[in-house]
Amino acid sequence: MLLRAAWRRAAVAVTAAPGPKPAAPTRGLRLRVGDHAPQSAVPADTAAAPEAGPVLRPLYMDVQATTPLDPRVLDAMLPYLINYYGNPHSRTHAYGWESEAAMERARQQVASLIGADPREIIFTSGATESNNIAIKGVARFYRSRKKHLITTQTEHKCVLDSCRSLEAEGFQVTYLPVQKSGIIDLKELEAAIQPDTSLVSVMTVNNEIGVKQPIAEIGRICSSRKVYFHTDAAQAVGKIPLDVNDMKIDLMSISGHKIYGPKGVGAIYIRRRPRVRVEALQSGGGQERGMRSGTVPTPLVVGLGAACEVAQQEMEYDHKRISKLSERLIQNIMKSLPDVVMNGDPKHHYPGCINLSFAYVEGESLLMALKDVALSSGSACTSASLEPSYVLRAIGTDEDLAHSSIRFGIGRFTTEEEVDYTVEKCIQHVKRLREMSPLWEMVQDGIDLKSIKWTQH
Amino acid sequence: MAASSRAQVLALYRAMLRESKRFSAYNYRTYAVRRIRDAFRENKNVKDPVEIQTLVNKAKRDLGVIRRQSLALSPRLECNGTILVHCNLCLPSSSDSPASASRVSWGYRRPLPRPACLKRI
Repeated sequence: MLLRAAWRRAAVAVTAAPGPKPAAPTRGLRLRVGDHAPQSAVPADTAAAPEAGPVLRPLYMDVQATTPLDPRVLDAMLPYLINYYGNPHSRTHAYGWESEAAMERARQQVASLIGADPREIIFTSGATESNNIAIKGVARFYRSRKKHLITTQTEHKCVLDSCRSLEAEGFQVTYLPVQKSGIIDLKELEAAIQPDTSLVSVMTVNNEIGVKQPIAEIGRICSSRKVYFHTDAAQAVGKIPLDVNDMKIDLMSISGHKIYGPKGVGAIYIRRRPRVRVEALQSGGGQERGMRSGTVPTPLVVGLGAACEVAQQEMEYDHKRISKLSERLIQNIMKSLPDVVMNGDPKHHYPGCINLSFAYVEGESLLMALKDVALSSGSACTSASLEPSYVLRAIGTDEDLAHSSIRFGIGRFTTEEEVDYTVEKCIQHVKRLREMSPLWEMVQDGIDLKSIKWTQH
Repeated sequence: MAASSRAQVLALYRAMLRESKRFSAYNYRTYAVRRIRDAFRENKNVKDPVEIQTLVNKAKRDLGVIRRQSLALSPRLECNGTILVHCNLCLPSSSDSPASASRVSWGYRRPLPRPACLKRI
C-alpha cells in the first residue's frame, strides 16, 4: 500500500514535470526520483527520504560506451543472484547442477545469435579479455612457424595494445591503413598477407565512427590464404546479422554490456571445424575447455545469454527504428548547420553510431555546453586524454576537424523526443559557439583559413 | 485449452500497457509502451490459433517480467531493501517458491511485509 502511494507520488512528480510548455527544453530531460545510495540494501532511515524533489539526469546518447540493462535481461539474472547461487563447476549437488544448466542454456543462446555451435563459445570477462585471448593466444600457439599478424589502424585500443606487446615478444605486426571512408582496402590486405601470417584481426563495426568493414570478403580472402580471421564484433553482435560460417570467421569477440547485457562479461567464439588452437592466457582449474580457467559467473552469463536472445528477436525492429532516428538526427542537423562533416562511409555504416565534426567549434566546449545530454567525442577509453582520436587521424581527418568531433549514439531505448532535443540543443550551441569564434568570422568574410600565415608569439 | 478470444487478448494488451506505465525510468517506460503497441499492432491479423496462443503465452511471460521489473526498479522511498528482495522471491518468476524466501532473507529479523505485488488478478 505504502509502496503504491509512493509510486503515485513519484508518478505525479514525473507527469507534473517542469515547464508548462511541452516544447520547453526540460521536456526532454528525464526525471528520476533520486535516492543518493541507490545500491544500499541496508534498511535506510525512511524519515530522511528524498525531500528535495526529483533529481534530473542527462539524456543518454552514448550507447557505444555502454548500454542500459534491458529489463528482460535483469529479470533473467535475478534468480541466480538471489537463490540459485551455486558454482556451475560443482558436480556433486543440485546447486551446481542447476547453475551449470543455466550456464549451458546461456551458451546456446549466444551461439544461436552468431550461428555457431555452443561448444565453440567460451565465456570471458569482456571483449577486452576475448581480444587478448584471440590475438595473444593464437600468435603464441603458432609461434614456432608463424611470426606475423595483420590488423588495422582503427582497431580498439585492446587489440592495438595486444599487438604492441606481441611486437615486444618478437612478432611482426602490420597495421593496415584505412581509406578516407574508414574501410580497409582489400587489395592491400591481400598484399600484406605473408606465408608466415597467423592471424588477421579486423573489427566488424567501429566504435567511434560506426563504419562496417567488409567482413565476408575479408573472411573469404583469409580462408583462401589459410590465415585465421579474428573480428572484434563487440559493437556489431545483436545489431547486424552475423553468421560465423557464412562470413568464414574463425574467432570473434563479444561484449555483454554493448548489447543491453551486464558489464563484466563477454564471450569469445573459437572455431572447432577446422580447429583453431589457442594458448590459454589464464591458467587454473581447466574450466571453459582449458581456454579460460576460473569460475564462470552464472548470473552474468545468464544475463549475456538473455541479452543475446532478446537481441535476436528484436534485431529487425531495432534496426528499422534506429535507422529512422539516425536519419532524422543527421538530416535535421545538416539542414540547419553548414560545415558539418559526417566521419565514416555513409553507405557501409551502422546507423546507431554517428560521428559528426562541426567545423570552427571546439569539441570539448560543445560537449560541455550540451551538459544535459550524455555524449562523447571519440571513445570512452580515450576520453580522458586531450588528444584527438587516433581513429579520426587514421581516416585522414584534418587536425582541427578531429578536435571538433562528437559521437552520437542511438540505441534500443532512445526516443524521438530525446533525438529532437539533442538536435535542437546541438544546433543552438554550435551557432552560439560559432558566433564567438574568430575563425568563423574570418570564414564568413571569405578568408581561406589554410592560406593564413599565423605569426609566432 | 480453448484458444484466446479477442476479449482476452485485448485485456492482456491493456494490462501490459497499464503495467508498463509504472516503470519509473523514462527510457524503459517509453520503450515498453512503444514495443507493446507495435507488437500487438504487427500481429493483429494473425489467424492461426496455434500461433495466436504462442504469441499470447509470450505476452503473458513478458507481462510477468514487466510486473516484476517495474516494481524492482521503482524508487525505494518508504520501503527498504527487504521489499526488493522479498518481492522478487514471492512473485511467480521462473523459479522461486515463497518457502525458500525465508532461507535467503540474509538475517533480516523483521517479519516479511505483505507487498502489494502479491495481489494478482
